[in-house]
Amino acid sequence: MLRIPCPWCGERDEIEFRYRGDASKPRPAADAGLEAFSTYTYARENRCGWHLEWWLHVAGCRKLIKLVRHTLTHEIRAVGRAGDSLTLPPEGSGG
Amino acid sequence: MAAGRTRGSTGRYSALRLAWEALTGHTGWPQAWRKAVPKPRYQVVIVGGGGHGLATAYYLATEFGIREVAVLERGPIGLGNVGRNTTIIRSNYFQPDNVRFYEFSLKLWEGLEHALNFNAMVSQRGTLNLFHTEAQRDLFTRRANGMQLQGVDAVALSRAEVKARAPLVDLDNGRYPVLGGFLQPRGGTVRHDAVAWGYARAASAAGVDIIEHCAVTGIRRDGRRVTGVETTRGLIATDTVCLCVAGHSSQLAEMAGLTLPIETHVLQAFVSEAIKPVLDVVLTYGAGHFYVSQSDKGGLVFGGAIDGYNSYAQRGTLPMAEEVAGAAMTLLPGLARLRVLRQWGGVMDMSMDGSPIISKTPVDGLILNGGWCYGGFKAIPAGGMTTAHLIARGEPHPVAAHLDLGRFASGRTIDERGIGPYPYLH
Repeated sequence: MLRIPCPWCGERDEIEFRYRGDASKPRPAADAGLEAFSTYTYARENRCGWHLEWWLHVAGCRKLIKLVRHTLTHEIRAVGRAGDSLTLPPEGSGG
Repeated sequence: MAAGRTRGSTGRYSALRLAWEALTGHTGWPQAWRKAVPKPRYQVVIVGGGGHGLATAYYLATEFGIREVAVLERGPIGLGNVGRNTTIIRSNYFQPDNVRFYEFSLKLWEGLEHALNFNAMVSQRGTLNLFHTEAQRDLFTRRANGMQLQGVDAVALSRAEVKARAPLVDLDNGRYPVLGGFLQPRGGTVRHDAVAWGYARAASAAGVDIIEHCAVTGIRRDGRRVTGVETTRGLIATDTVCLCVAGHSSQLAEMAGLTLPIETHVLQAFVSEAIKPVLDVVLTYGAGHFYVSQSDKGGLVFGGAIDGYNSYAQRGTLPMAEEVAGAAMTLLPGLARLRVLRQWGGVMDMSMDGSPIISKTPVDGLILNGGWCYGGFKAIPAGGMTTAHLIARGEPHPVAAHLDLGRFASGRTIDERGIGPYPYLH
């Protein structure tokens, strides 16, 4: 069970949240072309390590939040509001 | 024993042989497959000694005459997803291309034990999908009609017939009463360990080198061409590298500079303590994600959906275990006092459209077999045959041509359930 520290509601069980995927990809500009949108939609780094991701607090504040979580140990290193920019720890650092 | 090599590599298994060995103390059984050491060069190097890697090697050697093949496995074979799944085989899909591909696989399963001379305990006990609403009945009917159009077996069952086939099901459960079901009589289960062992033994006998405890650490390239793999047991030169490492495809592809349309997620499976026979069909619940069958040892083998967020951890978390148990209780309340014996997790390549990838890649000589989501086990024979075809002939097998990597960019995705590019929802 993950305990997710929602920036609005405090620490809650993962069952209050819905995962909304990779948050590391900025949406391309509208005129960026097919290849940019194809990469944005389909390509995933899928690292075994630190991962920036969206979670939706459906059973709480109903806001989208960002997490930095390790995909092997599931450790949560940082949390932020939707507009915050979080940075990933270097590869191989803890987790 | 040392005699394994001389007596063993061509020894066929048979009832007569079993009787002879029983009388002579079981001292003459040969080693099932050679413990090969890596040679400096192979025509084809397959990364991953799971079901798809071993099957690809077997069909390369036996169907396409390519015997200079190495299968590299970082641990012992059979301990990855081929030994972690819930052992179900079926071809009851919706998309016509998927029906064709999985039916091709089911036909290969039907002849597999004779082909491999290995008892894989293929048991066509039927797969029964229950429905709980009229809309779901209509959807299943449409799927069954599509299957029948391609000559695949699908039978509608009434409530009474469901009850007769699976008396354990609580038809009138309070939340989602069962209205009926669809049965694919030729679906069933296969003993998954025996699939790995059977393919390994047959591939080894055909000349394939199965190299265990040999992890790939790098993929050598000359420009856009593959030239070899770096491993923990040295450099191996080759012109063709085939990745069969579902769960870790992204990590291996990254060694060749590729980013794939895949996320890695964990899926759990469970087995209960052994009880007397209570269920002789593979049963799936239509009002949640839950599937169950009873193994020959008597344990109920069951599972549900993926845990729901990216994970490389080969273990599950409790919220999904609770959800699976809840579905089990709704459908089969008679099992309430049964104890869970074991629970485990495996990591899946979840592709962006929920369908697998058997394809060439932008790197010449690098072939990808992956993206199996959690449907890879049933596809092992077809995955192996079509991947071997792609390697040997240089063009896709007709039943697997739709599984190419280019389908994402060109909008030809194969989205069985119409979900969109969200791997955590597939």
